[in-house]
Amino acid sequence: MQTPASFEYERATSVEGAIESLQRLGSEARIIAGGHSLLPMMKLRLANPEHLIDINDLTELSYIREQGDEVLIGALTRHVELLKSELLARHFPLFRDAENVIADPVVRNRGTIGGSLCQADAAEDLSAVCSAVKASAVIRGAGGERVVGIEDFHLGPYMTAVGEGEMLTEVRIPLRPGGGSAHEKVERRAGDWAIAAASAAVWIEGGRIAEVGVALSAVGPTTIHLSRAEELLRGKAPSEELFAQAGEIAAADCSPSADGRGPIDYKRHLAGVLTKRALLRATARALHQEA
Amino acid sequence: MDVSITVNGEKVSREIEPRQLLVHYIRETPGLTGTHWGCDTSNCGACVVLMDGAPVKSCTILAAMCEGHEIRTVEALEVDGRLDPVQMGFHERHALQCGFCTPGMLMTARALLDENPDPTEQEIRTAISGAICRCTGYKNIVSAVRWAAEYEAAAKQEVRA
Amino acid sequence: MTVVENLPSATTERPIGFGRLKRKEDARFIRGKGTYLDDIRLPGMVHGAILRSPYAHARIVSIDTSRALAHPNVAAVVTAKDLETLGLAWMPTISYDTQAVLAGDKVRFQGQEVAFVIATDEYSANDALQLIDVEYEPLPAIVNARKALDPDAPLIRDDKAGQRDNLASPTWEAGDQAATDRAFAEADTVVTRDIIYPRCHPAPLETCGMIADFNPETGQLDIYNGNQAPHAHRTVYAHVAGLAEHMIRIRCSDIGGGFGNKVPVYPGYVCAIAGSIVAGVPVKWVENRSENLMSTGFARDYVMHSEMCAKNGKITGLRVNVIADHGAFDSTAQPTKFPAGFFHIVCGSYDLEASHVQVKAVYTNKAPGGVAYRCSFRITEAVYLVERMVDALALEMKVDPIELRMRSFIAPEQFPYETTTGWTYDSGNYAETMRVAMDIAGYEELRREQAEKRARGELMGIGVSFFTEGVGAGPRKHMDILGLAMNDGADLRVHPSGKAVVSISAQTQGQGHETTFAQIVAEELGIPPEDVEVRHGDTDRSPYGLGTYGSRSTPVSGAAVAVVSRKVRDKARLIAGTMLEARPEDLAWEKGRWYVKGDPEKGAMIEEIAVRAYSGEPMPAGMEGGLDAQVIYDPPNLTYPYGAYIAVVDIDPDTGHVTVRRFIAVDDCGVRINPMIVDGQIHGGLAEGIGIALMEVITFDEEGNCLNSSFMDYLIPTALECPDFELGETVTPCPHHPLGAKGVGESPNVGSPPAIVNAVIDALHQTHGVDHIDMPCTPARVWAAMQGRAAPPQ
Repeated sequence: MQTPASFEYERATSVEGAIESLQRLGSEARIIAGGHSLLPMMKLRLANPEHLIDINDLTELSYIREQGDEVLIGALTRHVELLKSELLARHFPLFRDAENVIADPVVRNRGTIGGSLCQADAAEDLSAVCSAVKASAVIRGAGGERVVGIEDFHLGPYMTAVGEGEMLTEVRIPLRPGGGSAHEKVERRAGDWAIAAASAAVWIEGGRIAEVGVALSAVGPTTIHLSRAEELLRGKAPSEELFAQAGEIAAADCSPSADGRGPIDYKRHLAGVLTKRALLRATARALHQEA
Repeated sequence: MDVSITVNGEKVSREIEPRQLLVHYIRETPGLTGTHWGCDTSNCGACVVLMDGAPVKSCTILAAMCEGHEIRTVEALEVDGRLDPVQMGFHERHALQCGFCTPGMLMTARALLDENPDPTEQEIRTAISGAICRCTGYKNIVSAVRWAAEYEAAAKQEVRA
Repeated sequence: MTVVENLPSATTERPIGFGRLKRKEDARFIRGKGTYLDDIRLPGMVHGAILRSPYAHARIVSIDTSRALAHPNVAAVVTAKDLETLGLAWMPTISYDTQAVLAGDKVRFQGQEVAFVIATDEYSANDALQLIDVEYEPLPAIVNARKALDPDAPLIRDDKAGQRDNLASPTWEAGDQAATDRAFAEADTVVTRDIIYPRCHPAPLETCGMIADFNPETGQLDIYNGNQAPHAHRTVYAHVAGLAEHMIRIRCSDIGGGFGNKVPVYPGYVCAIAGSIVAGVPVKWVENRSENLMSTGFARDYVMHSEMCAKNGKITGLRVNVIADHGAFDSTAQPTKFPAGFFHIVCGSYDLEASHVQVKAVYTNKAPGGVAYRCSFRITEAVYLVERMVDALALEMKVDPIELRMRSFIAPEQFPYETTTGWTYDSGNYAETMRVAMDIAGYEELRREQAEKRARGELMGIGVSFFTEGVGAGPRKHMDILGLAMNDGADLRVHPSGKAVVSISAQTQGQGHETTFAQIVAEELGIPPEDVEVRHGDTDRSPYGLGTYGSRSTPVSGAAVAVVSRKVRDKARLIAGTMLEARPEDLAWEKGRWYVKGDPEKGAMIEEIAVRAYSGEPMPAGMEGGLDAQVIYDPPNLTYPYGAYIAVVDIDPDTGHVTVRRFIAVDDCGVRINPMIVDGQIHGGLAEGIGIALMEVITFDEEGNCLNSSFMDYLIPTALECPDFELGETVTPCPHHPLGAKGVGESPNVGSPPAIVNAVIDALHQTHGVDHIDMPCTPARVWAAMQGRAAPPQ
C-alpha cells in the first residue's frame, strides 16, 4: 500500500488548544478529523503536512440541534449522523438525500461535515447542500469567531475562507416555514464522486416561491451557486415549465471540465436535468405532496 | 510515539511512528493478519474493522487516532470455539471464494445486524457497498447475512421460550 | 452481539461425491486465518519497492541513487546496470518476446519499472522511492493501436534487432477468405461494425507480490508467491536466474483472487529474487494497487472491424479484422501456436458457411499483457464480437435476436461439429439451453413490458447472448507454453487408515479446489471428502502441471484426479480379489466397496482394502504394497461449455444511467461436481461482466498517462450494481472427459458483456436510433449515443 511521509502528531484537547497549535505550527500543520480526504492524499504524497492536529476528541463540536430560528451543526458531526438525523430529515431532507450518496456507509462513519466542507472538492455534495439552504460557516481563530456566508466560504478548488490559524467549528442554517429541499446526483457507480449534482431548497408561501436556493456540485472549479436561477424563481408559482427554465440557466451558468466522469456537454446537460428534478422534488416536499 | 489500543478486548501497546496506519498496526500484532488491504484510495473495504462498534476502513485511520478506542477485528468473532452466526452464514451460503474480502464483509455484516437485526436485501447491499468482492458477485453474501439474521432471530425466540 | 451454539444445520448435506458440499477451506477464511502473501513474515526479511516511470515513452538520461542509498533504512538500490551484471536486466515472456525487468535505455510505458529499493520496512522503502533522481528525456508516445503502424509513429521496441516498426505479431489468419467472399457475395443482408473491446483489468482484491528467500549456504531458493502456475514459474526462474530447478521451491499459500492477473512473471518477482540472491536475506515485494492497475497484465484491448451476412433468414458468413494492442512488450499468455489465442472461435455457435479472421498485434506505450480476466485466451473478445454482430444483423433484418440465433444455431445432430475455423465442438443442444433461459426470464412477458414502457417514454432493454467456448487447455499436440505441455499431474495416496491425500498441480485462487477435488476422489473411491486432503500450491509437494486459468482445472486436473482415482480403484479391485478369494472380473463396484457379483454380502470396503495393502498379507502377483497411483493427464481435446444469457436493463432517459435490473444465466458446463461452487463461479463472473460492460476501463491521454490507476477511477461493481442473479442449467456431459465435466470459470465473463451491451442498444434503438455503442456504457457514453454521438473510448 502507499504510505504517507513522516509527520508529527498531536491530539487537541480543546478548540482553543487546536487553534493555538495551528497558530504555532503555521502552514505546515493540518487539522485531521475523519481523515478520509486528507489521509488518502497523504498516502499518494499529494499532501505532505509536517504536523497533524487530531481533533477527534473535541466531541463538543459534534451536534445537530435546533436553536431559535436556526439549525446548528457542529463541524465534527459525522456523515452517518447527518444521514440518521430526524431533525435534519424533517427540516432539510436534502441532507439525507445527499448523505445516502456520499461515499459509502463505512466512510460515512468517519468523515465529517467540517472535513468535507474544508476539503472543498468541487464535487463535494455537502457544499451544494449548504449553499442551497443558505448556510453560514462559523470560523474560529485566535481573535475569536466570525461568521461567513456559505457563498463566500468556497473560494476555489480546495480553497476556503478558513485562514491560517483558524478552524471551522459550526454550520448554521436558517429555519423558515414552508420549506422543502432535495439533492439529486448522478454518478458512474455507487460511492463515486458526482458527475453532476444539484441541491435545491424552496420555501413556498401563498402558492409562490418566497425564497429559493439552488446550487450545483462537480460542474465548476467550486460549488456553483445559481443566483440567476434563484432570481428567475423567486416570487413565482412553481411549475414544471419554470423549473425547466431554471434548468436551462443551470446548464448555461456552470463551468464543468471534461474528465473521466464525462465531457462538458454531458455535464451541462446533467446540471439542467438535475436542477429541474431537485426543484420538483423540493417543491413536492414543501407542499407535502411527495409520493 | 507510544500508542495503546484496545484490540479485541486486550490492550496492545507499541512504539510506532505517528504515520503508521491502523491496518498495519493491527497486522503487526501477532495473530492478527486477518484484516487485509487491497487498494490505496479507501475504496475496497478489505481493511474494515469495528471501531467502537462501527465499521471503519482501517487503512484510512492512523493507529495514533485509536488510543482510547476499541478495535475489533475478524479474529474476535469466534468466541471459545463458537463461530459467530455471520461466520456460520457465510459458510452455509458459500459467501466466500478466495476469502480476501471476507473479514471486511464479516465485520460489516456483524455491525449491520447489531444495529438492524432484520435487514432487507436492499439494506444489506447498501451496508456492504463500501466493500468490493471480485469473486462472489455478492448474491451469496446477501444470502449469508439473511441466514445469520434469521438464525439470530430464532435463537432469541428460543431464549425467550 | 449474540454468540450462539454451533447447532448443525437441518439442511446439511454431506454428499460422498458430487453434490452441494460446503467448503472445507472456509474454516480458515471465515476466521481470518488465511495465509496470503503479505501475511508471511520471515526472520531477517527486508522490503522491496519499485520506482516507476512517470512517462509513457522516454530516454533515461541518468539515474542518481545516492540520496536513497544515504537513507539509514535502505540496504540497496538496484538498477538495470546492476541486473545486467547478473544477466537479469531482461527476461523472456510467455510470448517469446523479451521484457525489461528494470528499464535501462528507455522507458516504454507509464509505470514501467526503473529501480528497485530494498529497505528494512515498507514505509522506509516507499520513502526511499522519493529519493531516487531520474532524468528523463520524454519521447512522443503511441497510445492508439490504430496509429501504431503509421509511418511516422515512434519506434517503441528499438531494443529488438531488426524491429523497424511497432508490429508485435504479423497478421495471422484463420478460416477461408475465398469461401467467405463467396458467402458475402451471395448474401441478402450484410452488416458492418467497428467494435472495440476496451482495455480492462482483472484487478483481484489481493495485489501481486513475492517473498524470495535465497539461502547462500544451501543454494536453495524458497519463493512465496501467489501465482496461478507455480511449476511453470519455477521452470522460468531456473532458466532466467541460472539456478537448478530442483533447488527452487515455490509455495503459493492462499491467493486473494487471480483471474489471470497472477499468471505472468513480473519484473518485481525477478527483482525480489535477484535482491535475495545478492543480499542473502528474504526479500518481500508487494505491489500497491496503482502498480497493479498500471503495470500488471491487463485484459482485452482489441480493435475489431467486422462484417456478418445472412441469407434466407440464417447467418451465413463472418469476416473479422483485428488490431490487438499488446502494450510495450508482448507478454500475452498464449498456450498455443496461435498468436491470437483462441480468438478464431469467433465463428460462434452458428452453422456458418464460411468465415475469415485476421489478427495482427501492435506495440504501444502501455503496460504489457492482453490475455487475462477470465478471457479463455481471447474467447471473451471473440464471443463479444460475434454476439454483437448477430444482434446487429437482427436489427438490420428486423428479426427478434433470439429468433435469428435459433435459426442459425448448430443443430444437435451436427455434433461433433467442425467450425469454419478448424474447431471441433464436441456436443451441444443449444436451442434447449436458449429456451430454458427464455423461460426463466419470461421473455414474452418482458417484451410486452418493454412495449408498454416505451409507450410511456421509459427505456427498458432486453439483451441476449449465446456463447460456445473452449476450455481445458490442452492437448499436447496442439498447445504448450514455452514448450511445456499443458498436461496436469495427479498423485493419490490412500493411507492405511483409509484416508487419502491427492496432490494436484492446479492452483486455486478461490475456486474451491480443496473441496471439489476431494469430491472427485470421493465420487470415484467412496472415501468421504472430509477424509481426502487436497494438496496443492507447493512445487515440492505437487506434481508438474500448468496451473489454473482458462477454466482448465476441472477439465484437466479434474480429469487427472478422476483417472488417478480409477487407477487406485483398479488396484483395489485386484487386492480385493485376493482378500475375497475371487477373480477380479467377478467383482462389482458400488461406491466405496468391491463385492462379489453373485454374493453381494461378500465384499471389501476401500478402507479395508487400504489396511490390507499395507499389511504384509499376500498381495496379488506382481503388485507392490501400498494403495496409490500417479498420472499425467493429456487431455484429448478442449471441452466446450456453452450458455444462454439474458440481461434486462433500465436506462434513465435524461441521464443515460444504466441499471441492470435482471440477469438470467443458463450454463451448460457438463456434469457439475459441486453445483454450489459452479453457481458461485458464475455469480462472480457475471459481476465482472457488469463491470466491464458499464464501468471498468483503462484509458490513457495522448501523452500516455494512465487515467484509471486507482480504485477511484477503475470502478468495480459493488453489491448495489449487481442484481440478484437468476441461474439455470442444462447438462450435456462432455463426451471425452472422464467425469463428463467441462469447466465453467470463464463462461460468465465470456457471455455477459455482450448480453448487457445488446440490452442497452435494445433499449435505445427504436427511440434513439442507436445501433452500436462501445463499452463501458457509462452514463456519459450512453447519453452521447442517445444524441447520435456514440464514440469508442480513448
